[in-house]
Amino acid sequence: MILLEVENVVKQFAGHRALDSVSLTVPENTVYGLLGPNGAGKTTLIRIINCITAPDSGEVRLHGKRMTAADVQHIGYLPEERGLYKKMKVGEQALYLAQLKGMTKRDALKALKYWFEKFEIQAWWDKKVEELSKGMAQKVQFITTILHDPKLLIFDEPFSGFDPVNADLMKREILELRDKGATIIFSTHNMETVEDLCENISLVDRSKIVLQGNVAEIRASHATNTFVVRSVNAFEGNGFEILSQTLKNNVFESTIKKQQAESNNSLLGSLIKQTEILSFEELLPGMNDIFINTVKR
Amino acid sequence: MSKISLIIKREYTTRVMKKSFILLTFLTPVLFAGMIALVVWLGGIKDDKVKTIMVIDKTQQYKDVLKSNESYTFEFVDADVDDMKKQNGKDEHFTALLYITGDLKTDSNAATLFSDKQVNMELKSYVAGLLNKYIEQQKLASYNIPNLKEMVEESRTDIELKTIKWGENGNEKEGSAELALIIGMVSAFIIYMFIVIYGAQVMSGVVQEKTNRIVEVIISSVKPFELMMGKIIGIAMVGLTQFLLWVALTGVISLAIGSFFGGDVDVSSLQKVGQMGMNPVPTNVAPSEMQALITALSSLNYTEIISLFIVYFLGGYLLYASLFAAIGSAVDNETDTQQFSLPIMLPIIFAIYAGIFSAENPDGPLAFWCSMIPFTSPIVMMVRLPFGVPVWQIALSLTILVLSFIGTTWMAGKIYRTGILMYGKKVTWGELWKWLRY
Repeated sequence: MILLEVENVVKQFAGHRALDSVSLTVPENTVYGLLGPNGAGKTTLIRIINCITAPDSGEVRLHGKRMTAADVQHIGYLPEERGLYKKMKVGEQALYLAQLKGMTKRDALKALKYWFEKFEIQAWWDKKVEELSKGMAQKVQFITTILHDPKLLIFDEPFSGFDPVNADLMKREILELRDKGATIIFSTHNMETVEDLCENISLVDRSKIVLQGNVAEIRASHATNTFVVRSVNAFEGNGFEILSQTLKNNVFESTIKKQQAESNNSLLGSLIKQTEILSFEELLPGMNDIFINTVKR
Repeated sequence: MSKISLIIKREYTTRVMKKSFILLTFLTPVLFAGMIALVVWLGGIKDDKVKTIMVIDKTQQYKDVLKSNESYTFEFVDADVDDMKKQNGKDEHFTALLYITGDLKTDSNAATLFSDKQVNMELKSYVAGLLNKYIEQQKLASYNIPNLKEMVEESRTDIELKTIKWGENGNEKEGSAELALIIGMVSAFIIYMFIVIYGAQVMSGVVQEKTNRIVEVIISSVKPFELMMGKIIGIAMVGLTQFLLWVALTGVISLAIGSFFGGDVDVSSLQKVGQMGMNPVPTNVAPSEMQALITALSSLNYTEIISLFIVYFLGGYLLYASLFAAIGSAVDNETDTQQFSLPIMLPIIFAIYAGIFSAENPDGPLAFWCSMIPFTSPIVMMVRLPFGVPVWQIALSLTILVLSFIGTTWMAGKIYRTGILMYGKKVTWGELWKWLRY
């Protein structure tokens, strides 16, 4: 099932084109990564999905229907630049934001109680936001984003400002939300989290989508035909190239590059003939390299 | 609860619960009453220092006229003016030097008062008064007509012109131009103050939301226009609350003062404040005058004035507040607001001056036009109201005001919508114009 479709969206600002014919589809119940260098147009795209700005042409569809302002109720949005009213108390503010999203006071209080207990932050309820650290305020804002149980969650750089422990907590929460049925779009610069979390991505560069698809497929298509092989004895290059070979704890670890045309099985076959193989793994490029290579071009 | 009422509620409660609001609301009437009390009290204290005035009288005629009293001592010397000037402060200090060169009966310019400081009004009028009275008597005596003094005394009249305003149905009310002026100016000034103070609050509220970046979260839930209007209405209600509390508190305090000092002190001391420095002779409010003031006070239509005050306050505030909101949305921080707020402040300041001049001729062309132009009408109309304004003028001015604030709010909404999401861009007037036409 497709939850969100963006079709041929164009947005022109005075002097420059922020989005040039951008299309993407987000399947329901998945985590979708929106990548790209600073200023590529990610935030503009997110704002269009949120109905904050209107596209010049093209459209955004939710469940196949053109999105209206009322649909924004079903979106939870955590902007990149976090902000809360500094002078307002945490609980009061969370309640206010939840009510703005259309929750009743009772439902909001119930949901807030659940999340505050889950994150063990009940003690912050009567504190003013200005008394909290940046990371603490981020947690509160995360809760206010997901409180109304939205179908679609949009996180803009959700992990910035968190220490590793809390970043990990957030990651787990995001996956849990997906398992419970939410669809998540998030934009990030952190490629490791993309590999960990995202099923699909779009890479935006200079207002255009330059790379799009399933993360595993993208990595496979960027394969460099290299493999890491652990074996009992060393190899000799025969029909393949040995890039490096090291001996560690009586095990040889070699990086091997096969010829483009050769299949994996036939490479493995020729390796097996030489010595006992302990492990054989294709070395796929990380999203980081793919990102840098694609954007550089 | 609808979203806009949520926003209004937040804007209202966060401001009304603030310590500064509570302090200002409850202290201002107390401070104001205290200030008046202080002035009255200070005015009541007699300056017990006796001032010395040296007199060089070339004619030797006025020794009996210039008699010393508890405030002034006149010392007659025979010396040169320049010597006396030099001498002042060396041996003894004197306040002023009166130099009479000739017969004042024939030459009214023959007396001069010298001092090392500007001679104050009280001294000048006291000395002049003594001399005038004496010369007057001298002149009368020189006519050699028996009983002339009595005749003159008898012919002296003091006509008090009553001002009576008649209403539509012919019923007459005794009015007081002075009172109308005071009430008009005070209410105009309060409107001016409220527009400036609460307009600025709207502006800084918008700037804060923008710099806090919370605005992006909120407009993913509500429309920018709802956020802007919620803020403007919420703050308007804060202003109204403050005004109504002030009215109530002023009433309570003046009642308390009235009962504490007994009936008439309130009015007579207020009059004293008004006359301070102009007339050294203490005036006791005559019973008839008191009566007139009370009649005049009750002649004003308070329901009309207070309800129109609220209407004009809201109209003027809405007109300006939306412009302030637009400016707040266009800039990145509060220091940048100055460049844009000047063109908005100018008409407000112009309005208060126009109001002051309108008071002199409340039906003149300046008053009329300025009470029609929406940018000045809330202030100028308040000045005119206690003098009586035809209903069609009030209706026309209100219609123009309402149409204009709908216009400015619509314009401001367009600028606001674009502005709040614009960061790090130096905004120019041209840029604002472009946003308006998006």
